[in-house]
Amino acid sequence: MSWQVATVADVRRETETARTIVLDVPDWPGHLAGQHLDVRLTADDGYRASRSYSIASAWDGSDGSTIELTVEQVPDGEVSPYLVDVLKVGDPLEIRGPVGGWFVWKPEQEGPVQLIGGGSGVVPLRAMLRAHAVAGTTPVRLLYSVRRPESVIYVSDLKELASSDDVDVRLVYTREAPAGEPRVGRIDAELIEQYAFKPEDGATTYVCGPTPFVETVADLLVAAGHDPARVRTERFGPTGGPR
Amino acid sequence: MSDYLDGNAAAGALSELFAVDLTAAIAQCNGCGQTTVFAESRLYVDAPGMIARCAGCDTVLLRVVTTPTNTYLDLRGLTYLRVPNS
Amino acid sequence: MGIVSPGFTGRRGGGTDLPPGQYLTHEFPVLSAGPTPHILTDHWEFTVTTETGEKYKWDWAALTALPAEEITKDIHCVTRWSKLQTTWKGVSLDTLLADVETGADFAMAHSYGGYTTNLPLEDLLDGQSWIAYEYDGEPLHAEHGGPARLLVPHLYFWKSAKWVRGLVLSDSEDLGFWETAGYHEYGDPWKEQRYAGD
Ligand SMILES: Cc1cc2nc3c(=O)[nH]c(=O)nc-3n(C[C@H](O)[C@H](O)[C@H](O)COP(=O)(O)OP(=O)(O)OC[C@H]3O[C@@H](n4cnc5c(N)ncnc54)[C@H](O)[C@@H]3O)c2cc1C
Ligand SMILES: [Zn+2]
Repeated sequence: MSWQVATVADVRRETETARTIVLDVPDWPGHLAGQHLDVRLTADDGYRASRSYSIASAWDGSDGSTIELTVEQVPDGEVSPYLVDVLKVGDPLEIRGPVGGWFVWKPEQEGPVQLIGGGSGVVPLRAMLRAHAVAGTTPVRLLYSVRRPESVIYVSDLKELASSDDVDVRLVYTREAPAGEPRVGRIDAELIEQYAFKPEDGATTYVCGPTPFVETVADLLVAAGHDPARVRTERFGPTGGPR
Repeated sequence: MSDYLDGNAAAGALSELFAVDLTAAIAQCNGCGQTTVFAESRLYVDAPGMIARCAGCDTVLLRVVTTPTNTYLDLRGLTYLRVPNS
Repeated sequence: MGIVSPGFTGRRGGGTDLPPGQYLTHEFPVLSAGPTPHILTDHWEFTVTTETGEKYKWDWAALTALPAEEITKDIHCVTRWSKLQTTWKGVSLDTLLADVETGADFAMAHSYGGYTTNLPLEDLLDGQSWIAYEYDGEPLHAEHGGPARLLVPHLYFWKSAKWVRGLVLSDSEDLGFWETAGYHEYGDPWKEQRYAGD
C-alpha cells in the first residue's frame, strides 16, 4: 500500500483542542473498526513529516468513500496543530491506509467487548462502537478517561450510542468533574473492578491512549486477573517531554 | 519512561513492502523463542528508523529505515512470521 | 514529489550557522532505539580491543582518574535537530588511546544494550572525540547515554554512541547499527551525509 491523496470534505470542532476531519478518499477499500492510517505532510521545499491517526468512523459500505479522523492538538507538536488549526475544507491530504489488523473489532467476534480509552485514545473505540451499533449483538462497555467535562469528544454521539441496551458508557474525570459526579481521579483497580467486565466474562479488552495511560490500565487489568492475551493495546505516544 | 508504541503502529510502513498485514502475523523471536502477534512487540519510533523489539527479551525483531529513495528492511531477529493463507 | 500541504512548514526554521536541513532546538530530545540501560558505575567498564585482539580496559575509577576536559560543542542529530554550545566533561580519546598499540584505520563503538556505530579511527583522534560523563555540569543521565557516552560532535549524533562500553579497532570498515540499515557510513552533517550514497 502506498500514499494516496484524500480531500478534506468537512471539519468539525469537538473540543477547544480537538477536531474531526472528514476525508473524501477515492476508491476507499473499506476498513475494520480500530484500524488507523498514516498521514504525511509535505512542505513546499519537500520536507516531510508523517504520523498515525486512528479512523474514527465505522465503515458499512454505504458511506461511499468518506472517512473521519479526530485529532487532538499536542502542544508544540509538528503535525497535530496543522491538522487541528490550519488544514481546511478542500485541501488535499496524503494518507496511507487503512492499516493494522490486530487492534480491530469485528462484528462476528464472540464475547463481550470492553473498551478503555484515555483522551484521544477514544477515537478507534468510537469506530468500534459505531460498528457495533450497526452489526453488534454482544454487550459493550466503554470506560473513557478525560481531564474535564469540556475535554470529552463525541459528546452527542456517545449519548446516542449509550442509549442502546447493549452499550454502557462510563466517563472518568481526572482533573475536574461535572456537578453531581463526586469522583475525580485516574482509573484505578477499584474502578476496573466496578465497571469492567470480570475476567470470567470472556471479554476482549481494547485499551488505547497515551503510552503511560495504556501501560497503567493494562497492568491493572492483568493484576485483576485478566488474561493478557485478551487485552489488546494501542499506544499513541508519550505525554510531554521532548522527543 | 516507557517510550515505545505497539508493533501495530508499524503497519503503514510495512504495508509499503508487503501485501499482507504483517502486524497481525504470529512472530517468533530469535532471541528467546517466544511467539506472539507481531502487533504486541515494542516499537521504538523516536529514532532514525523504526525498531521493533521482542516484548519478552528486547531482541531487535525488525528495523525499517525510509530514505528519500529507498526503504531498508531488516528482519534478522525473527525466526519466522506466520500468516494464515487467505 | 507528490503534493504540497498548503500552509505546512514543519518544525524548522533553519539558521545560517546550522548544517543544511537542520532546525535549532533548545531542548535536549531523547532518541531511543530500545530500552534505556541502567549501568551502575561500579559495574561499568570500557574496553579497547585492537586488530590483534589485545585488550585495554578501564573501570570507572580509572576513567575518572584520567585528566578530563571541559568541552563546548554544537551537536547535530540526523533526525534534524541541532543544539548549540552544549557543555560536557570527559576524557579525550587521545588520552585513552595514547598507549594503545595499533595500526588500525577503523573503529566500531559498542554500547551496553547492543548498539554499534562505525567510525574512521582518525575521527576519534586529535581532539575530536571524548568519553563524556558529565553534561551541563551534572553526571550524564542514563537517557542521554550515562554513565558515559562517546562524544564525536563533528559527525551526526548517532555516531556519539550512548552507554558506550568499548571500541573494537580493525583494518577494514564494518558497518554499525544504523549504517547497516541505510544510514551513511561517515555522516558529516555539513555535507548532509544522512543516507548511504549521500
Ligand atoms: C496507531 C496510532 C494511532 C493514533 N491515533 C491518533 C488519533 O486518532 N488522534 C490523535 O490525536 N492522535 C493519534 N495518535 C498520535 C499521533 O500519531 C501523534 O503522535 C500526535 O498527533 C502528536 O504528533 P505531533 O506531530 O503533533 O507531535 P510531535 O511533534 O510528534 O511531538 C510534540 C511533543 O508532544 C509530545 N507528544 C508526542 N505525542 C504525544 C501524544 N500522543 N500525546 C501527548 N504528547 C505527545 C512529544 O513528546 C513532544 O514533546 C496515534 C498514534 C498512533 C501510533
Ligand atoms: Zn524474545
